[in-house]
Amino acid sequence: MALLSTLAHGRSGDKGNHANVAIIAHDDAGFAWLKRHLTAERVAEYFAPLGPSRVERFEAANVRGLNFMLYDVLAGGSSRSLRTDTQGKTLALALLQMEIETP
Amino acid sequence: MKRVRIGNGCGFWGDSLDAPVRLAEHGRLDYLTLEYLAELTMSILAVQKAKDPTAGFASDFLDVLGRLGPVRKRQPNLKIVTNAGGMNPHGCAAKAKALAHDTRIGIVSGDDLFPRLDELLAAGHALANLDTGEPLTAIRGKVVSANAYLGARPIAEALAGGAGIVVTGRVADASLTVGPAAHEFKWNFDDLDRLASATVAGHLIECGAQATGGLWIHANEETRLADVGYPIAEMNPDGSFILTKPEGTGGTVNVETAAEQLLYEVTDPARYYTPDVTADFTSVRLANGAANQVHVSAAKANGVTDSYKVSIAYRDGFMAAGTLVIAGPNAERKARLSGAILLDRLKNAGITFAESRVEALGAGDCVPGVVKTSCDPAEVVLRVAVRDPNRAQVERFTKEFAPLVTSGFAGTTGYTTGRPPVREVFAYWPALVAKSAVRPNVEFL
Repeated sequence: MALLSTLAHGRSGDKGNHANVAIIAHDDAGFAWLKRHLTAERVAEYFAPLGPSRVERFEAANVRGLNFMLYDVLAGGSSRSLRTDTQGKTLALALLQMEIETP
Repeated sequence: MKRVRIGNGCGFWGDSLDAPVRLAEHGRLDYLTLEYLAELTMSILAVQKAKDPTAGFASDFLDVLGRLGPVRKRQPNLKIVTNAGGMNPHGCAAKAKALAHDTRIGIVSGDDLFPRLDELLAAGHALANLDTGEPLTAIRGKVVSANAYLGARPIAEALAGGAGIVVTGRVADASLTVGPAAHEFKWNFDDLDRLASATVAGHLIECGAQATGGLWIHANEETRLADVGYPIAEMNPDGSFILTKPEGTGGTVNVETAAEQLLYEVTDPARYYTPDVTADFTSVRLANGAANQVHVSAAKANGVTDSYKVSIAYRDGFMAAGTLVIAGPNAERKARLSGAILLDRLKNAGITFAESRVEALGAGDCVPGVVKTSCDPAEVVLRVAVRDPNRAQVERFTKEFAPLVTSGFAGTTGYTTGRPPVREVFAYWPALVAKSAVRPNVEFL
């Protein structure tokens, strides 16, 4: 087992009550692994405790990136969320700590 | 070949006050952009303006403009483009003029739809919530601000009219960069690929140091963030550009920092909607150049929409959050119990809330239930937050932390900042409006 952070880096932020989590592979082999294994379903399952209404995956192959939209995960968004991380700033680091089967 | 250097010295209201001055001093800039407005900043400014008609703009800008005085004297051709005008671009421009009386100031307004809401609704613009589809009439009485995100065209017009400083209300963040680029290169506003290219540049620099090493996952001591340089886009006439920062400053610009920022706060990277163009962020190539230089190729557009995004804020009750520190052993369990006790005591006094939350920070609660700690932390921060329509109930909540210092668990400490403040909640209502219903306005002072 390894951590997703061995393959990729990333950044996350908010869009109202939704968050985007961008995961960017360090190399082409890593990107091929991400495309195959880091599905929207798997990310939705990982973040299930936050209760996303749905998770959508977009590709940005130019930067070897996958961008995940996590809908309705910020407990109201930056204006009214009672969470400390109202803007989902820590979600990318959380996802990069996902344990993965070594590619 | 003509090149235009556009640097962004401010990524939000609250960003470094020194950064714009240092960027202007060392960046060899043609344009300094300063971005102050987050989604809900406008609601705060609207409330300020309601109390004082001369207020309602990002007052930090005046401080920055004053301190830019010596640099502006040495670099008389340096132009400034900022959305500091907020809810009151005319008031902001008047105060700026007092600090820069030799400079022609362009004022971009027309974004404020609040005075026109009933007219727009009557004309059939539903201003429905983009997420839920609900019509605005559901919350009409509670609305405090409604602003369309204007584009780059009025900024370019202000520059063409001779403005040395452009003060705008709500415009799309990237348009602060697109406006100067379009003006300097005399781009046509239906040359969508060029607008898309400048939109990529604007998006990369709009959050300040986030493009130059801030938030970069591989940043460490060697990144020298204490001295971080703010980002510069050196634009070419074809839309390609170099992303860089002033020489000798801290921070890092490389394809990793650029790629992280390219996808920051983006939904579909192939369709990044702005009032100017729908930009395809997947169409650009990023390549490392000389030290702290990333070459970004010209971008492709994916059309343009016939609507502006509208950011609406409405009153939604009150909230407060307070903290205590709970030392171990069993810090996490004691913290969660302490939070429950606090809320129970209020419940026993007949006080409940529309929503409440207990966090044990240090035990994974930034992403609750997802990130787990592998050890018993030496201490955690107990944080309790509530929200309720009734202000008095929230006030009462803020008085319930201190008692835990003596009537809670052993290891309770950290009650040093007094009772937490109560703040009004402004909820966010995103909508669209037809471009034909909005009239961007350019004036000079």
